[in-house]
Amino acid sequence: MIKQHRKLSYSLALNEALYQMMAKDKSVFLIGQGVKSPWYVGNTATGLLQKFGEARVIDTPVSENAITGSAVGAAIAGMRPVVVHPRIDFMMYASDPIINEAANWHYMSGGAASVPIVIWGIINRGGEQAAQHSQALQALYAHIPGLKVVMPATPYDAKGLMIAAIKDNNPVVYIDDRSLYRDEESVPKEIYSVPIGKGIIRKTGKDITIVGISYMAREALKAAEELKKDGIDAEVIDMRSVKPLDIPLILRSIKKTGRLLIAEAAWLTGSVSATIAAEVATSPVAWKVLKSPIARVTLPDTPAPMSRTLEGSFYIDAKDIVATAQKIIR
Amino acid sequence: MTSTLKQYSKELLKNLYRTMVRIRLVEESFVEPILSEEIRCPVHLYTGEEAVATGVCANLTVRDYVFGTHRSHGHYIAKGGGMKEMVAEIYGKQTGCAKGRSGSMHVIDTKIGMMGAAPIVAGTVSLAVGAALASQIRKENRVTIAFFGDGAVGEGVLHEALNFAAIKKLPVIFVCENNLYSTHLPISEIRPKNNIYEIGSPYGIHYERVDGQDVLKVYEAAKNAVALCRDGKGPVFIECMTYRFRGHVGPDDNVQGSHIDIRPDAEVLAWKKKDPIVMFGKVLKEEKIASEKDLQKIQAGAAREVKQAHIFAKKSPFPNPKDLNKYVFCK
Repeated sequence: MIKQHRKLSYSLALNEALYQMMAKDKSVFLIGQGVKSPWYVGNTATGLLQKFGEARVIDTPVSENAITGSAVGAAIAGMRPVVVHPRIDFMMYASDPIINEAANWHYMSGGAASVPIVIWGIINRGGEQAAQHSQALQALYAHIPGLKVVMPATPYDAKGLMIAAIKDNNPVVYIDDRSLYRDEESVPKEIYSVPIGKGIIRKTGKDITIVGISYMAREALKAAEELKKDGIDAEVIDMRSVKPLDIPLILRSIKKTGRLLIAEAAWLTGSVSATIAAEVATSPVAWKVLKSPIARVTLPDTPAPMSRTLEGSFYIDAKDIVATAQKIIR
Repeated sequence: MTSTLKQYSKELLKNLYRTMVRIRLVEESFVEPILSEEIRCPVHLYTGEEAVATGVCANLTVRDYVFGTHRSHGHYIAKGGGMKEMVAEIYGKQTGCAKGRSGSMHVIDTKIGMMGAAPIVAGTVSLAVGAALASQIRKENRVTIAFFGDGAVGEGVLHEALNFAAIKKLPVIFVCENNLYSTHLPISEIRPKNNIYEIGSPYGIHYERVDGQDVLKVYEAAKNAVALCRDGKGPVFIECMTYRFRGHVGPDDNVQGSHIDIRPDAEVLAWKKKDPIVMFGKVLKEEKIASEKDLQKIQAGAAREVKQAHIFAKKSPFPNPKDLNKYVFCK
């Protein structure tokens, strides 16, 4: 069969994943605040209510704890729920069902029960939304045994990782950045999975390895273009998943480049980038091949500010990657 | 205690008695190995509360779901969970119902609908609501029981869960086992009024309070609740007034090595006079459902089963230390 592709935005690629999986598997359902309304989830839920009805597209009261717990309970009872949190900040209310219950249930039952749930949290970075509408909290979930965490950076991955997350028999925390929703690329029409726990080399290079997480993978590609002008040939890795981490892919890359920069739009301390740096630094490979210290481009340990001038100094993009890469290569 | 038993089959009545005795004897059998530290995990004994699990679960089929708490041995046994697997679990053995990964606070047997238990107060209530949601989506007509204690009423998620279940008319029964103590705090210090059952009121659902020491009163309330749920008229809230005869955790309230009960002696004694098994046994004899000999036979059978379960548990192997990471992720 010839693979059919056409351009699709990130959000519509996600929508297609939900639509196709709900059509394919009756145990899949979508639950969360605002799934009836574009106000909350943009066009990611477009058409689902009409096609699958209120029994499987469930808009809810503002009760993150009980709603997420209900999704976890439904998963224990054999369903494959996708529970959406239109702002991941509000997902803090659901910490018990995610961290205490879902993450542990399979282990606590000695393998007798499983929790095939997707917990979908959206980061609404920027836009002067201040400290409680903008947080990148992936490290909290990556820390927990029993949870997998994915952060798709492209429309292709938005679809493929959502499908993989729905099919996975474990709780998968699916975190996307709303600023990616308008990005477009060619996306296959059929159902396909992007493997969880595997990164991908987006661009090969020989001078430095730039690891990007979520939208910083896109920024890393832009940075690589800039660096080319300085004669620096960067290799760009998109992590795709932040738990499990594809450390072997990074180690193979630094054997070639001898330098590592990790870019993650999350706080410095205790972040996924910190774990990557530690994993690489403590591997026998790094000792032998690194020509310069591992560098990280992250957010400062500061709450997300409101005013545009402060946002400007808080958030990071390709320019920060370029500046840091130039510094460690010189 | 209910006096007319004519409406019930002898088999049902004897089974109610048998289940309560099985729970009581297995609970009491843990006291000695806890004190000798052969059993080390936290064990919250259900002694005194047997009528609640028994009366509720007697209305369920194997397809119905139960979610429990830290004090769930009774729920597990009443739902039909295997006794020897439960005992082995509490000893931390590989043959346990959770393969020695969890102990007393996480008894589970999904084959018979005991979907799990957890000590996070009110943590399983929303899971039960979700299992009921699964049943509703699949149109399976299963009923789910959420067991929780009076302490859980202080958790916001219970109220969220009640609201959501009521909006969706989910087939879930909220069973509050009010034993009057939230660990150490008496109910008077955690609520302005001792009126937990009334929290069903604002949600427009059926709610009631029953004598949790009277197995038939619990049975009747649960029967009505299950019928409502199967008829699409759920959820239901039932508060069962009960009392634990043992400590919050372990045989007694072992406060820094002093094995005392922190509750007033007179209160404890008064409740022990309301022993659900003694009271029900008396009625069965008075109503000529069973003779003293019949009851003794049931007790002896349960005692044998408990003894066998301990023998099985003790001779079972501990988990292999090399298997530490097994079951972190499901394949």
